[in-house]
Amino acid sequence: MAVIITEQIEKIYNPDKVPVHALRGVDLEIDEGEFTAIVGPSGSGKTTLLNIIGGLDTPTKGKVYIAGTDISTLSGNGMINFRKDHIGFIFQSYNLIPVLTARENVEFIMMLQKKSKKERDQRANELLDAVGLHDKKNKRPMELSGGQQQRVAVARALASKPSFILADEPTANLDSQSTADLLDMMAELNREEGMTFVFSTHDQRVIDRARRVITLIDGKIAKDEVR
Amino acid sequence: MLLTLALRNIWRNKRRTLITITAVAFAVFLASIMRSFNKGAWDNVINTSVNLFFGYAQIHANGFWDDQTIDNSMDYQEVVRSLDPSNDHILGYAPRLESFALASTGDLTQGVMIVGIEPDQEEALTGVSDKIIEGNYLDASDDGALLAKGVADKLKLGLGDTLILISQGYHGANAAGKYPVRGIFKYALPDLNKVLIYLSLKTSQHFYAADNRITSVALKIAGQRQVDKAVNSLKENLDPEVYEVMDYKELMPELMQARQLDEGGDYIVMGILYALIAFAIFGTIIMMTQERMYEFGILTAIGLGRWQLFAVTILEIITVGLLGALVGIIIAIPVVYNWSVNPLDLSMMGEEATAAFEKFGMEPLIPAAFEAPIFINQAILIFIITCILGIFPLSKILTLNPVKAMRS
Repeated sequence: MAVIITEQIEKIYNPDKVPVHALRGVDLEIDEGEFTAIVGPSGSGKTTLLNIIGGLDTPTKGKVYIAGTDISTLSGNGMINFRKDHIGFIFQSYNLIPVLTARENVEFIMMLQKKSKKERDQRANELLDAVGLHDKKNKRPMELSGGQQQRVAVARALASKPSFILADEPTANLDSQSTADLLDMMAELNREEGMTFVFSTHDQRVIDRARRVITLIDGKIAKDEVR
Repeated sequence: MLLTLALRNIWRNKRRTLITITAVAFAVFLASIMRSFNKGAWDNVINTSVNLFFGYAQIHANGFWDDQTIDNSMDYQEVVRSLDPSNDHILGYAPRLESFALASTGDLTQGVMIVGIEPDQEEALTGVSDKIIEGNYLDASDDGALLAKGVADKLKLGLGDTLILISQGYHGANAAGKYPVRGIFKYALPDLNKVLIYLSLKTSQHFYAADNRITSVALKIAGQRQVDKAVNSLKENLDPEVYEVMDYKELMPELMQARQLDEGGDYIVMGILYALIAFAIFGTIIMMTQERMYEFGILTAIGLGRWQLFAVTILEIITVGLLGALVGIIIAIPVVYNWSVNPLDLSMMGEEATAAFEKFGMEPLIPAAFEAPIFINQAILIFIITCILGIFPLSKILTLNPVKAMRS
């Protein structure tokens, strides 16, 4: 079953001045449980596509369906709430809340979902165990290495029990060992819990692990390869 | 957790927080001191004027204040009967019969103000005996007169000399009498010192052929704060067709206007101080907002609602503002308290300053008012300022584009 469907997505920046066509009619379906990489050269539209799928940006034309919902019909706060419950994000720069500990960062989104303290504690501990950071749960982001911060970001993305996780260049700032560890962990979550991952990446190590690779060139899908 | 987030954000940039708190605290400290001294000084002027002559409130026959003739007098016993003995705010009263007369001796004459008093009650209210510089105070059955020094000097009268008074009595009766000078007092207010003569109430009633008549009852009230309650209570009990009840603000309108004028100037200075506070807080808000647009973008992206984000931000701003106000108030409290019990002594500024105060019957001291509202108002003002300044981050957050913010 498809969790993400895009229909003829177009994105034009500065339409009234110097139009820049970032996406030119992207049709895409991503099913539950996929481990998909969106690749392409810089400026090909990878991040724009991810932002539109994640509801952070709106398409100039076309529709996006997430778990059956047409997200173009959602208002500002409606979209924020939808994102909170359905989409997990992992960013290139980790983007943890600097003043909160690892555990609090993971709990934060559950707090926004109004989960009980008990439930939040339990899930945060489970997730931090799963990403191998149980002993670092009371550390703040600046006390963790880049790889550890990205693991916390993964735990945070999973905390809300989203329909899928969007990861924008998640390994860009990591060394080889951290990248390998992170990919192992995400592959395991995908395999064992069926969590859907969609990456935008340049990183060959990520591309090598993906089971589906979608190549974007000049805002169009040039190649869609299932391995 | 939003509160935790706000508090930790405050702690995150300690230097900025410290600078803002210091700026707000300093301005609040100055504003508290200034307001305390202004209020204390004016309260002192009013208390002095009230205790000198007027009392905190007076009862007259209806219409007396606008047409101050002896024909607009009232029956002493009836007024006393009308006073509610259970009114706790009124500590005492002094009946007076006030009118004008021509004073004479030899070939000298002077227009004077005659005030008939019950000596004991008047003493309790205004302490006339303290002002006597020659001779003795009156007793209730005394048939002599107490002269203000200005009158005595003008008429060249001394103790034991005879004062002749001529006037028009109650309902047009002729009023004339001779009175021995029992004492001479010095009144601080120059206008009163030139015209005031005290007689006993009984003697003055006899002089004006106004038996059992009085023109006013000056009231002794515990303090300025009780005046409104006391006056309202009196107004409820006394027939407004027969009596008028006036508080010190109505009795001394020029003084109140002078206070308003002076406070108006002070409010301008305080406005400038608060503008400085506002700029200090606004600087913090701009820095706090601009440097965290990226973070705002992240928080919005992961699901924090815009209003929740605004709540965190405004909570930070208000906390810093109120912390600054609290620090300023905590520093100001002992300083103001000290100056309230040990008033600022202006005699050290020289004899001229001392003389200027003494001219108006005041010691050259300025006490600070030590009152909770002065400090509480600072906190309220800071709260209001921060809420208004919160419009800036609110506008930024409401128009936040998470993608652009995360690129910043």
